Order: sequence, then structure tokens, then C-alpha cells
Amino acid sequence: MSQLELVCPAGTPAALRAAVDNGADAVYLGFRDATNARNFPGLNFSRPELQQSLAYAHQADCKIFLAINTFPKAGEPEPWRQAIDDGATLGVDALIIADIGLLDYASRKHPDLRRHLSVQAAASNPDAISFYQEAFDVKRVVLPRVLSLAEIAALNKEITVETEVFVFGGLCVMAEGRCALSSYVTGQSPNTNGACSPACAVRYQEDADGRMVSKLGGFTINAFEANEAAGYPTLCKGRFVAGGKTSYLFEDPVSLNAASILGELAAAGVTGLKIEGRQRGKAYIAEVVSSFRQAVDSMADGAPVETDLTGITEGQRKTAGAYQKTWR
Amino acid sequence: MDDEKTATPTTLVMGPVMFHWTPDDWRDFYFRVADEADVDVVCVGEVVCSKRSPFIAAHLPEVIERLRAADKQVILSTLALIMNSREMQSVRDAAAIDDPGILIEANDISAAALLRGRPHTIGPFVNVYNEATLAYLAANGATSVCLPVEMSLQALAALAKDSPAALEVLVFGRLPLAISARCYHARAHGLHKDGCQYVCAEDPDGLAVETLDGEPFLAVNGVQTLSHAYADLSGWLSELLDHGIRRLRLSPHAGIDMVMVAETFRSLADGTIEPAEAHARIAAGLGDAAFCNGYISDDVGCAYG
Repeated sequence: MSQLELVCPAGTPAALRAAVDNGADAVYLGFRDATNARNFPGLNFSRPELQQSLAYAHQADCKIFLAINTFPKAGEPEPWRQAIDDGATLGVDALIIADIGLLDYASRKHPDLRRHLSVQAAASNPDAISFYQEAFDVKRVVLPRVLSLAEIAALNKEITVETEVFVFGGLCVMAEGRCALSSYVTGQSPNTNGACSPACAVRYQEDADGRMVSKLGGFTINAFEANEAAGYPTLCKGRFVAGGKTSYLFEDPVSLNAASILGELAAAGVTGLKIEGRQRGKAYIAEVVSSFRQAVDSMADGAPVETDLTGITEGQRKTAGAYQKTWR
Repeated sequence: MDDEKTATPTTLVMGPVMFHWTPDDWRDFYFRVADEADVDVVCVGEVVCSKRSPFIAAHLPEVIERLRAADKQVILSTLALIMNSREMQSVRDAAAIDDPGILIEANDISAAALLRGRPHTIGPFVNVYNEATLAYLAANGATSVCLPVEMSLQALAALAKDSPAALEVLVFGRLPLAISARCYHARAHGLHKDGCQYVCAEDPDGLAVETLDGEPFLAVNGVQTLSHAYADLSGWLSELLDHGIRRLRLSPHAGIDMVMVAETFRSLADGTIEPAEAHARIAAGLGDAAFCNGYISDDVGCAYG
């Protein structure tokens, strides 16, 4: 079994240095525009910042993957193509792409630059993955978080490309790249603008009973008693009423931590372990990356894996999530 | 509208039933579409949840036969989310159908790959946002593409210019906003997906989801999440036609007479009624339903104006 590759997020040069310093095998990042799926104000990299970051990462033998994983707007392909060309010129180690037209462009224009299929392409089965491999010579697929451990193992037996899975951080409960809930109420979505439940559409207000109400695009997403921590109103993580019952209809406010099943993921044939969180600060990145570095190294040495990241998970709760499909 | 544009007829497409209706209701709906609805193309087949497929399988041959006898182009729509070998096999089986009278609609890229080199259609669950992707899929064999819901008129116009495939837009029905591995119908009933008891059958147009302050918001349909509001693009039809978009998809609902909806859009496309009249007829047919058409004006999707 070859060693698992730890793929870590960076939304700023400082976060990138934290990831590199704490043992990332690869860092993924995006340009500061709508070409990447974490298009938040104050985040991401300018061209000069990427150039400097490449030098910093490469001297530490860490790779850089450039995420260009939104879907180019009709009539405006240029920003996305420019991002690919600039990534190639600057010397990134791989591109992470979701859109078919863009994969086609990258494979024609820069055939020797490694291409990874973004999770936003939602390639959840062997025929879809083989299509991207045969058509665009994709070398690695980031698997949708809808798949269970058993499904990942079965899938890896049928395909020959590398797979990368999310092991820590925020969880999409919907199939990635196939969710327009955010744009339905805010006008912005991961596919089109690179943003889900964007901060500009968020309001917090206290109601008559002293509860803190969180709203997205004018719709109430949750309400918190004075003794509850008010969470961010990501649409699918809200409390709603259906069939006369109030509940977290789509998902409880948990985040993913698959540290306890790294061995099973390796046995399932996974190559890359991906940490979510390009919007996170450098202290968070340093802590999560060093914990997973330790876990991966311990596992390679045959030692027990111990990670305790409870304090920094969203909503203070963590789960191995979809990989175990407890909801089945 | 100039003569060249009016020379191309408008194609009305009855989309696949996305809900878990009883097998008899499902069959009777399509029989009535065959006998009475002024549509050119009819989509059949399970798109949302593979667990439902056996229920319609028994009626599928007679429904297809009835539709073909009524001169409808039949499209067999396939699953949007394929996660296991059983689901994969069902799509491979559909793709293997060798009948020139039936087109297969791909709702996942795997199906488009299986259909390479043969005429087929692309459904709204494949991400076609731009010209390059459209060109690639057309070269692969797609003759028509039903676009995702998040498209503005500006984007539609850019795609329609020199489009290598016929473009189709969902003009009526709740918007399919998301799909998941998890079943929210089962979850709302305190059940697991594997023992779901098919509770989604209780809600033939979806389970109403309200915000904590009682505002209607979404509709849950098993693993799918739809808008609460019904899309109605009747007010934008002339713009769509002007840009050469001539395939209009109507998404079936139990709570409204779809024969009337088809007739309304036909009259509107033919210019025999005005947009206001078209919307009034649809609104009357739906009781107190909310409407949306925000995406097309580059607004929030739930807006209506």
C-alpha cells in the first residue's frame, strides 16, 4: 500500500505557508475571482501570490493544485481559459476542473499539465469517471461526498485513475455541482459564482422572544435560543418545518472527520486525502494539517491513529459522515 | 419575430414525472397525455430514485406504445444520480435499447458516454453552462439539450447563437434544485432510506418545506429537493423564441391539469393568447400557488416578475 497523499486547503499565502510547514503533500488553491468554487471576499490568490507560493511549496517538495472548478459563463469563457493558461505558465502541478468544455480546452492547450476532476463534476460511478479519463486524460478524480466507504472500494476496483476523498471539514449533503439551492435564494451558487450561501445575503436579527434568527436571502434558515451558539446559515444546514415537525431536515450541523477510518480509506484504494476549508485561517490550517500529517505517518508506521480535533469542528460535532451512511 | 424564426415550429416537451405516483396514476397520466395533450415529445422513465423504477416498469411498454400510436416522440429519461452497480446497470440497459423510435435522455455524464456516436438527448441534470460544453456534447451525439435551471436570458442567448444542438428550457413546474444520496422524505418520517416504506408516495407534488416562521420555501421529493414556487416562464416566451430556443419543457405535477398547461403554452407560442392570459390560466389551474422566474432575469431564482 503506497502512502496516502495529504491534500490541504489554502485561501491565503499565510494559510499556504502553514499547510506547507505542517506537512502537506499538496496544497490546493484558486485565483481571486469566480473561476474557483470558494469565491469569498478577501480569499484566494493573485498571480504574483501564486508565483511566490509555488516557490515556497516546491522548495519543501509540496505540490500545488490550482482549482478552476466553477462552470464558465456562456459568452464569457476568457477568465477561465486565462486562469488555465496562467496556471500552466506559472508551473502548478495540477489543475482541478469540473466543466467539460474547460477540460477539453486544458487537454488540448496544455496536454502535459496534469488534470484532476473536481468534486463539482459529481462523477459518482465508473462510467462517468472512465469518460473523463478517456476524453480528457484525467489522472485523478475527487469523489463526491455522497459515496460510502463500501461504494468507494467497489468503485476503485472498476477504474484505473487515482481517487481523492474528503476527510475533514464542511460537508455538502447534496451531490456537489448539482445543487442550486443557494442561487434560488441568493442569486449565487457554487456552479456559477463559486459561492454557496454567500455572506452578502446573510442577516442576523433578534426576534421578539429574544432568539437570534439567521436569514439567507430573506428566508429564515435557523433560530437560536440565547444559550445556543448561532451557526452560519448555510441553506442545507438549517432548521425547517416539514410534515408538522421542526428539524434539521437535510443535515444536522456536523462536520466531517474521517480520521478514524484512514486505514479503511487506504484499503479502499484511495490515493489522496483532502481537507476542506480554503476559507479557514492559518491557525486552523496548521492544527488540522499537523494532526492529519501525524495520523497518516502513524498509520504508515503501523501505529494507532489518534486525532482529536473536536474543538475546531463546525458546531462542535464531528462524524465520519457519508462514508458510514448511518442514515441508511 | 421574423419569418425565418416563425418557420421553425415550437416543440413542446412533457418532462418525466419526477414524483412517486401510484403505478396506475402514472400510467393514466401518460395515457391522457397521449390522447389529449398537444405536446410533441414525451419523456418517460425514473429520474430521481432507482427504488421507484420497478413500480413503473410494468406499465412502461404500454405507455410507450400508446404515446407512439399518438405520434409523440418518446424519450426514455435516465437516472440523475448513479451510485451503485444496480443503478449503473439500469442506465447501461437503457443505453443499449436499439429502437429508432425511442431517444434516450442522459441525466448523468455516464449515460452520455454510453450513448456516444448515436443521437440522444441531454437532460437538465447534466451541467451544460457554456458553448464549449454544449459543442462537446453535440459532437458526442446530443441532438437536444435541456439546460440547467440557473440560466439567465443573457446566457441562454449566448448558447443559442450558432448552437449545434436544439436547446430546451424548463418553462413550467417546480424547479429541480438539488439531488442527494440521502432521502429527506424518509428522514422527515424518522425512517432510513433502505426501509423508506415509500413514504414519498404520500406527496404527489412533493412534501412542503416551510421556514421556522411558516414561509413556504421548498418541496422534498425523496432524494430530490425542488422549489416551493412553480416556475412559469410564459412571460418570457417571446424572448426565448426570439433567441431561437424552441423546445419548451413542461414538468408534470399532480395538482394541475397538464393538458391545460400544454394547451396554454401552445396558444402562447402560436400567438393566439397574450402572456398575461397564459399566466392567468396557469395560476387559476393551480389555486393559490406561488410562482418564480428569477433565474432568467439574472435575479434570485425564487423571484417572480
